[in-house]
Amino acid sequence: MFYIYCPYCGEHREEEEFHPKGQAHIERPKEPEACSDEEWGDYLFFRDNPRGVHHEMWVHAVGCRKFFNVTRHTVSYEILETYKMGEQPSITADSQGPSREAAAVSQKEGVRA
Amino acid sequence: MQRYSGFGLVKHALSHHENWERQWRNPTPKKQYDVIIVGGGGHGLATAYYLAKEFGVKNVAVIEKGWLGGGNTARNTTIVRSNYLWDEAAALYEHAMKLWEGLSQDLNYNVMFSQRGVLNLGHTLQDMRDIQRRVNANRLNGIDGEVLDAKGVQELVPIMDCSKNARYPVMGASWQPRAGVARHDAVAWGYARGADAHGVDILQQTEVTGFKIRDGQIYGVHTNRGDIEAKTVGCVAAGNSSVLAKMGGFNLPLESHPLQALVSEPIKPILDTVVMSNHVHGYISQSDKGDLVIGAGIDGYNGYGQRGSYPTVEHTLQAIVEMFPIFSRVRMNRQWGGIVDTCPDACPIISKTPVKGLYFNCGWGTGGFKATPGSGHVFAASLAKGEMHPIAEPFSMFRFHSGALIDEHGAAGVAH
Repeated sequence: MFYIYCPYCGEHREEEEFHPKGQAHIERPKEPEACSDEEWGDYLFFRDNPRGVHHEMWVHAVGCRKFFNVTRHTVSYEILETYKMGEQPSITADSQGPSREAAAVSQKEGVRA
Repeated sequence: MQRYSGFGLVKHALSHHENWERQWRNPTPKKQYDVIIVGGGGHGLATAYYLAKEFGVKNVAVIEKGWLGGGNTARNTTIVRSNYLWDEAAALYEHAMKLWEGLSQDLNYNVMFSQRGVLNLGHTLQDMRDIQRRVNANRLNGIDGEVLDAKGVQELVPIMDCSKNARYPVMGASWQPRAGVARHDAVAWGYARGADAHGVDILQQTEVTGFKIRDGQIYGVHTNRGDIEAKTVGCVAAGNSSVLAKMGGFNLPLESHPLQALVSEPIKPILDTVVMSNHVHGYISQSDKGDLVIGAGIDGYNGYGQRGSYPTVEHTLQAIVEMFPIFSRVRMNRQWGGIVDTCPDACPIISKTPVKGLYFNCGWGTGGFKATPGSGHVFAASLAKGEMHPIAEPFSMFRFHSGALIDEHGAAGVAH
């Protein structure tokens, strides 16, 4: 069970108050008509699917109902930070080696990050 | 290969069953193969089996980073059906169904395929309209199916609450009598034994760490046990496909999610069919051991952790108890998760890639088990000929740029 800090409410709440909404920081092409099929297909269907640090949107569905961003490790599920829409993450895959907790969980689950 | 039979069982009883042959070898990797399959799950092993048996390609290696049947093959809820809406998907899953029907004989291995039928429940008027449309489409494609009303469902499953008092009353269902369940790890073991008997090397505890690519053509893989060369490489790695694609230098439109299942304590036979409900999000069958096998939905977030969250389990059990009040006191024994690679259109990718000689078979999402024989067969045909099999053709990864999607969210959804 995640215990998620909503940056708008300023409080930790349980996972059931939230819904995950997929990859964060996706920009709609400014001129869709000018896109090639590849660019448009990439925008619609292709998502980051890293084994490691991932930036994603969540919505505080039964709280303030606002969308915000979460940086989370997809193997340990550790939430590294949450931040408001429009802001940039302070933790990225490059800034963060595999965390100790992630390594420990990986070991236990028999999976490799 | 030592063939299994009733006579063999009696013969081995005389030596206290201590002299059974190992089902497959544990070979050291050769330097070079004609075809390498990355991923030793059901689909990968089936691919190797059909390559060697039907398409005459015997110099094949299956590379598996863990052990056979340690991934989704042995983590699913074992349901087999082929009642998909669109022609392309129906052809693929029905191809698999026909192979399922002779699989135990073909492999000389009892995969315990039991055609006990599958019910897909409808709880709303729209559900029922969708069911009618799908059953009609199935029948036009030569796939068995019937639309049942609530009374018909109640006759098949007397213990289900089909009354009007339910929060989401059962209005009817689609019924595919040829569908059913199979023993999932027997499928992996049976294919492994068959492939090994035809000379396929199954390399467990061997992890692919990179591809050897020259001038856009693959010529081998790097592994933790040294480099292995092959001009044709097929990746069948389920939840880890995105990671492999990245090594090949391209992206796949996949997202990996945890999907959970759970089993109860064993109880006496009470449910002789498979009941699935997309609307309330739960599906259930009873195994030969007597435990209730229950499947949950995916967790909405991306994850590689092979475990799921408790709110999802709770949600699923609410749905099960709503449908089967009689199960409200049954205790759950085990719960686990697997990583499923979901595709935007809920259909798999069986495809060539931008790298010549490198093929991917992935994106099966929440419902790959049922397709194991068919997926392996068409993928093997494609690898052997270098041209995609006609049934596999529509499942190209390039459909996400051309727009020729096969939208199976209705028949696939989450419930498999």
